[in-house]
Amino acid sequence: MAELLSPEIKACIGQSSPSIHVQVTRRDLRKYAVSTGQKAKKYLDGDVAPPLFHFGYAMEILPVDELRKDGIAEDKLIPELPLKRLMAGSSDTVYHRPICAGDQLVVTRKLKDLYEKEGRSGPLIFVVTEIVVETQAGEPVLNETTSLIAR
Amino acid sequence: MLNFDAITVGDALPCREHTANIVQLFMYNAAIWNPHRIHFDHAYATAEEGYPGIVLDGPLQGDWIGQVVTDWIGEDATLISFGYTNRRAAMLGETMTAGGKVEEKNEQTKEVKVSLYLQNGEGDVTIPGHAVVRFT
Repeated sequence: MAELLSPEIKACIGQSSPSIHVQVTRRDLRKYAVSTGQKAKKYLDGDVAPPLFHFGYAMEILPVDELRKDGIAEDKLIPELPLKRLMAGSSDTVYHRPICAGDQLVVTRKLKDLYEKEGRSGPLIFVVTEIVVETQAGEPVLNETTSLIAR
Repeated sequence: MLNFDAITVGDALPCREHTANIVQLFMYNAAIWNPHRIHFDHAYATAEEGYPGIVLDGPLQGDWIGQVVTDWIGEDATLISFGYTNRRAAMLGETMTAGGKVEEKNEQTKEVKVSLYLQNGEGDVTIPGHAVVRFT
């Protein structure tokens, strides 16, 4: 199998995106709870975040004219890959403490790994990233490892 | 009230159906700030990306199987870990059933491992998942 990942691309493994500082508002928690169809009162009242609430904090907020034709913001953490079609793979989160209304959080994304595999319909590149969420005081909140697949 | 001692490996977690409509999907993508057109632009999703319709977000489906666990434990246990895999796409309008099963029970740590699934009307699992909860 031909090597798809050049040394220049591989050298990006280990890099981080600039940390994002967020204040968790009850209003944001309530919007997320309603839109996902939560039933628990603590979620609907915006006291506590449901387990995947933090996903939105990994989304870049870019000016409209900087978005791609498909609407997606270019992900600056991931180097340009020789395979272009990105698909969501898996997500695994370890929770240290719940996210609550009023929390001041620091969200950092890291590129953990890039590797290739021969799939049934051709070569695949796996992109493994980690989202680290901590309080401003440095208390761990959660770590989410996600994998994307480029084909 | 969910009691650790009463849980048995093989127990089914209460399942729930979800049928997102276009308004709910719009609100979800607004809440997480996801402007990907396959989630709101039917012409784009079908003509440009070849999907049969508007595509449900993977993490929204992931959230639905997360709710199987959080609704099951209530305040009686703590979520320690949760994961899911996007196996196949699901389209707006499909009715998806979220459920799960107790896989392991550790008497020492008082942790329970569950498997989770989201399946479509044909019975295909679109999103399998897993979680560990701890009782005190």
